[in-house]
Amino acid sequence: MWPPDWLSAAEWQVVGLSLKVSLWATLCSLPFGIAAAVALARGRFVGKSLLNVLVHLPLVLPPVVTGYILLLTFGRRGALGGFLHEHLDIVLAFRWTGAALAAAIMAFPLMVRAIRLAVEAVDPKLEQAAATLGASPVLVFFTVTLPLILPGVIAGTVLAFAKAMGEFGATITFVSNIPGETRTIPSAIYAFLQVPGGEDSALRLVIVSVIVAVGALLASELLARRVAGRIGRS
Amino acid sequence: MSLSVRLLHEFPGFSLNVDFSAPSGVTALFGRSGSGKTTVINGVAGLLRADQGRVEVDGALLMDTENGVWRPPHKRQLGYVFQEGRLFPHLTVKQNLLYGRLFSRGRRDGAQLDRVVDMLDIANLLTRQPDALSGGEKQRVAIGRALLAQPRILLLDEPLAALDEQRKSEILPYLERLHAETDVPVLYVSHSVAEVARLANWVIVLEHGQVSRAGPTPDVIGDPAVAPQLGIREAGSILSAVVERHHPDGLSELRLADGGALFLPRVPAAEGQGAHVRVLAQDVMISLSQPEGFSALNVLSAQVSALRAGDGPGTMVRLRLGAGEGTADLQARITARSAAS
Repeated sequence: MWPPDWLSAAEWQVVGLSLKVSLWATLCSLPFGIAAAVALARGRFVGKSLLNVLVHLPLVLPPVVTGYILLLTFGRRGALGGFLHEHLDIVLAFRWTGAALAAAIMAFPLMVRAIRLAVEAVDPKLEQAAATLGASPVLVFFTVTLPLILPGVIAGTVLAFAKAMGEFGATITFVSNIPGETRTIPSAIYAFLQVPGGEDSALRLVIVSVIVAVGALLASELLARRVAGRIGRS
Repeated sequence: MSLSVRLLHEFPGFSLNVDFSAPSGVTALFGRSGSGKTTVINGVAGLLRADQGRVEVDGALLMDTENGVWRPPHKRQLGYVFQEGRLFPHLTVKQNLLYGRLFSRGRRDGAQLDRVVDMLDIANLLTRQPDALSGGEKQRVAIGRALLAQPRILLLDEPLAALDEQRKSEILPYLERLHAETDVPVLYVSHSVAEVARLANWVIVLEHGQVSRAGPTPDVIGDPAVAPQLGIREAGSILSAVVERHHPDGLSELRLADGGALFLPRVPAAEGQGAHVRVLAQDVMISLSQPEGFSALNVLSAQVSALRAGDGPGTMVRLRLGAGEGTADLQARITARSAAS
């Protein structure tokens, strides 16, 4: 029988939604994460420290504050939210897409940090060598830099995924706690603990959380080790 | 002239101001460390964007600040062999070798890989990762990788500097072959007179970011005025000779242009082949009369043509071998006291 009945249908819905939100949050932010990491590691431009602050802000701001800022910005009456709603018919507030956005922003600093360290470890001399062999800067990035930072990218991605799975404060402030739409595992645990007799459900979700987190870490370790083996000591 | 370079660049505490041209073949950029050799080669490669200058290789204009011409490194069709190899650690040796070919569209030649692999003896390394190679092997792969990019010019930045003596002598023959088997012009950075004498046919001596001497290798290496930069122990001359005969006692007899004979431990060349012989000035003794009763085999008759006293106790003597067609210059370093007599 599938899905296994040790979780109720509502609980499965919560788990499925959490995975969906976190996956989308991670995958959509990955290109931006790599770009930001490269810019911060290598770039020399005006406003670099501003970018640095912006990227890391969610790490130090209270999550509720981040969530409220998101609501002000991406809510239907918000500056960006209004525009997206009117012209592109995209609504983020109180939708699972909004939950993904909140999770992505909260996880972003961790992702960028991991990738940035990897970029800083790449010897620019290798990229120079690639250029003298005829590779344009874009091709140098895809044939030399990216393969060399892959372990860092994997680590950053998994870290971001785990963070996204656990995001609570910004999510509940921005998109509330709507069953089937924005009720992710942390929101659900919180909700179950508010009602009498919800402890069992909460406990089961806690177990799922732990399994997913441990699984993600193991998977990243394995992947990174395989990639690193392929790359050699670099 | 297949290579013409003019570069002006100001660094904090160092200014580069060079202007030279060189014929095809192997051109050595020679000088002490800090004289600007690598800076010049980076200027040719486009890794350094000089404040002012003009670089032309084999008729192709790579940069010209006066006319606003600037080709970025990836559009210069170079082969650059770095001091430390710089192989890509995430690729196998074969993938490293073929890396440049990915971008040289329309200039492919399937047989080339085999030829280069053969020439450098790296067939058994192709499936390995750069990690698993010795320093000498890495450098050979790096040379192959540069060659396979079908370069307009090959830039070698002290490719042997990071290797010990044994590895050096392992690679030198490949570099010589490179010169013999390809017609790619080579710009070779080195601070080793031995390497320069062996490989280059044109030498540019750099000093404090400026060209202090340039010309054919025997002229430059044999010039007493250059001796201080070569290092007094490295000063000497290069003589052209033909291998006459390999004697059964392990010696080879070489005939110099003026008819004089040299006996050397077996040289790796066939009878009848030409060879360059480098004679260190400190290895030359001068006798005013026909010497008798001592162990030296190689006795040449010569005329003293110039004396040049140095700062120290030594004096450089320029000797002229032979007369008419086959003349050559030989340098000897003797003490000032001997010179006085």
